[in-house]
Amino acid sequence: MGEHHHGPAKGLKRWIFATNHKDIGTMYLWFSFAMFLLGGAFAMIIRAELFQPGLQLVEPGFFNQMTTMHGLIMVFGAIMPSFVGLANWMIPMMIGAPDMALPRMNNLSFWILPPTFLLLASTLFMEGGAPAFGWTFYAPLSTTYAPPSVTFFIFAVHLLGLSSIMGSINIVATVWNLRAPGMTWMKMPLFVWTWFITAYLLIAVMPVLAGAVTMMLMDIHFGTSFFSAAGGGDPVLFQHVFWFFGHPEVYIIILPAFGVVSQIIPTFARKPLFGYDSMVYATASIAFLSFIVWAHHMYTVGMPIAGELFFMYATLLIAVPTGVKVFNWITTMWRGAMTFETPMLFCIGFVVLFTLGGFTGVMLSMAPSDFQYHDSYFVVAHFHYVMVAGAVFSMTGAVYYWLPKWCGRMYSEPMGKIHFWISFVGFNLAFFPQHFVGLAGMPRRIPDYASQFADFNMLSSVGAFIYGGSQILFLYNVISTIVAGKPVSDDKVWEGAEGLEWTVATPAPFHTFAVPPRVK
Amino acid sequence: MCFKAKRLHRLALGPVLSLLGLTSRLAWSDDTKVNQINMPVSVTEVGASIYNLHMTIFWICVVIGVLVFGVMFYSIFAHRKSRGVTPSNFHESTTVEIAWTVVPFLILLVMAVPATTTLINVYDTTDADMDILITGYQWKWKYEYLDEAGENLTFFSNLSTSQEEIYNREAKGEHYLLEVDEPVVVPVNSKVRLLITANDVIHSWWVPELAVKRDAIPGFINETWFRAEREGIYRGQCAELCGRDHGFMPIVVNVVSQQKYTDWLSDKQAEAAEIKALMAQTFTLDDLVKRGKDVYARDCQLCHGANGEGGIGKAIAGSSIATGPVATHLDVGIYGVSGTSMQSFGKQLNDVDMAAVITYQRNAFGNNMGDMVQPLDVFNHKQGQ
Ligand code: HEM
Ligand SMILES: [Cu+2]
Ligand SMILES: [Cu+2]
Repeated sequence: MGEHHHGPAKGLKRWIFATNHKDIGTMYLWFSFAMFLLGGAFAMIIRAELFQPGLQLVEPGFFNQMTTMHGLIMVFGAIMPSFVGLANWMIPMMIGAPDMALPRMNNLSFWILPPTFLLLASTLFMEGGAPAFGWTFYAPLSTTYAPPSVTFFIFAVHLLGLSSIMGSINIVATVWNLRAPGMTWMKMPLFVWTWFITAYLLIAVMPVLAGAVTMMLMDIHFGTSFFSAAGGGDPVLFQHVFWFFGHPEVYIIILPAFGVVSQIIPTFARKPLFGYDSMVYATASIAFLSFIVWAHHMYTVGMPIAGELFFMYATLLIAVPTGVKVFNWITTMWRGAMTFETPMLFCIGFVVLFTLGGFTGVMLSMAPSDFQYHDSYFVVAHFHYVMVAGAVFSMTGAVYYWLPKWCGRMYSEPMGKIHFWISFVGFNLAFFPQHFVGLAGMPRRIPDYASQFADFNMLSSVGAFIYGGSQILFLYNVISTIVAGKPVSDDKVWEGAEGLEWTVATPAPFHTFAVPPRVK
Repeated sequence: MCFKAKRLHRLALGPVLSLLGLTSRLAWSDDTKVNQINMPVSVTEVGASIYNLHMTIFWICVVIGVLVFGVMFYSIFAHRKSRGVTPSNFHESTTVEIAWTVVPFLILLVMAVPATTTLINVYDTTDADMDILITGYQWKWKYEYLDEAGENLTFFSNLSTSQEEIYNREAKGEHYLLEVDEPVVVPVNSKVRLLITANDVIHSWWVPELAVKRDAIPGFINETWFRAEREGIYRGQCAELCGRDHGFMPIVVNVVSQQKYTDWLSDKQAEAAEIKALMAQTFTLDDLVKRGKDVYARDCQLCHGANGEGGIGKAIAGSSIATGPVATHLDVGIYGVSGTSMQSFGKQLNDVDMAAVITYQRNAFGNNMGDMVQPLDVFNHKQGQ
């Protein structure tokens, strides 16, 4: 005990043995940003190869390694850890808790990540190359026909699952046990609610993913035939197991983003969220429905028609609570007094572009039309609208929103706005044309394409370079804020902000709420 | 240059036209496929209803989008602090909340009806006029026209675009990456049932204009169908990531008149009969080498190099296998080498071609073995082991 209670340890020890939720949150955020840049670099290679028809830069085999690693790193290395980082920083401060409930486990769940991604990245240098079977790793391409590095990939997935499960248990335990007196369930900020539900989703589906990769491991090394028809197994079983994890996974990615947007929009509209209760119920229904729609990713595998119909109807249903969310954000803006600082811009960008992604989602859920859309660039466009303009935009907005609270300095507003507009234009240039080529017949995951798709692909590549480049500006803005931003000292950084996190000093001291606040 | 300018012109016009709802028709002639921005209308009835479903949902989304974003942008414009407004404090309204749950639900209910009927139609594979068994291989398609008498017509369909074009050493042709050596030929207005499976990993057979996409899964046979109502050449690609050359296994379906189809079929059957006759024949070394050279260029060169120098695969020139015992050499050719990119060619090449190419490899690139392999040797080798 003693000294460690008052301030952080010095030097490297502070980080390696970190148990403070803010330090761990910071590490998560920086780590995920590093992964974002790495996954982004792979995306740049992909888009550079696709700049023109023909093979110019990379061989098809390596191209497949790039698409696979890009997807895996973005989903598991960038988006998920960034929201865990945000949860670490904000949940205790939002519910008036002194820290996370399980600080040592918190340390472990973070420190599993860097070696895991090192392991995953090292497969690029292995004999036979990195995994090249897509982030969805369908068997038997990922078993019988996989490069030897697949075993390391499986191990990496296990470790990631471990880390996510520990992170989720921590969040669940914190929310159950450490709420300040008076912080009843229906007073919890929406970010806390969405994360609380997400944590349960993670605990439910991560073991399923672990099961899928374990069956792969058995098939590859121990002679079983879970996914091999020749031995009595079924390759489609893999897809069912994978998507039973995979569809809830996409909501794991987006629910915390919903939470962020539901915090930021009321602040800059200077008006409370229109329907708090319905937002909570919508989140819960989305979470529930996300368990019964997985096979909409598999309409073309040849399911019986009853199965197709069930998954189609269930998927259509998800659009209802998703719509409720969008309507709520807009009615929150309605008759507010809005200002458009960078976090708000990113949230408005989120609402517009996520909704477009939702529209294409509804289109994709129609099984007969999906026979045309499936595995085409139309799907690529869809999920980048929901994952990049959705999850990543909201995360970017969140960083701008809470950065002054975290470091006591204000970022450069003009630079933030420029970052937003470049991102917005670059993103749309990159991904909107992908709807066109997808509908016109361009399959996804190909290193080269027919000449008729050339112009839109070139546009798309230019857009991707612009969006990628704008992240350097973001990095610069954040670092220059931390080092030399204009100091802010108001507890309430934003005029319209509500919530316990704005009642602590700015910058947030190392320990907050050592004595629980009383919530009225 | 002129070509480029025209393309750019189209690029600028495309989205504008689409907004006017004109493209679906324009997209039709072969010419305007460049920069096409919408789903092809399809030449099958099912495809047309899929297209209509697609456009219906699209327009519903457009209307909802205009309403929702209209409200939002109006609010962004009118309810901004810089205009001096004071924020109101209203929130929660059960009526509004019930409305915006029930209305979307009803819209979805309406949309589910055409989706369901179309799906039922897609799944109705009864009363087909003919059956084709399609097998996906890494990285080509095999087509087998099933015949009641058991005389199935079988052939492989490979990408015919040259490596020179792919690696930008030659100008790209009009159907770059969407051309094959042997297209599927089917008669117009006939219900063609497709039985789809795969030999190795999962592939997916997709031809947008026929509105067919169905996964080819090893060990399972999927069924689907189409009835093309217009003659023409329809091109598609494999749609499921299947390894290195996933982007290089196109599909070409040639829909022709009944008469042309019958002619084509009898030509093909005659060809098959000829091969059968050849199988029993004994060839001279020269004949085998000559035939083998073509087979090599078509099926081996990509990996083993034009001069047998190797590349993706091992060198043939001076290789211990090509200059070793014939039986081992045949093993490699027929069964492949598992765990490497050397696949098994035993099913893909007929025995004549296999004999020819093995003989060629043993007598080319400085491998002067002087021995030869006859079709019968290949046949016996396959039976014997
Ligand atoms: C209204 C809500 C949504 C609906 C109805 C919907 C529907 C669908 C459907 C039917 C597919 C399968 C398309 C195909 O492969 O043919 C799909 C793919 C996908 N969706 Fe959504 N979606 C929605 C929202 C989201 C959200 C919020 C996310 C994530 C943040 C998301 C992420 C994805 C991803 C990653 C894929 C592609 C996975 C892959 O094959 O690699 N979607 N969506
Ligand atoms: Cu899904
Ligand atoms: Cu493929």
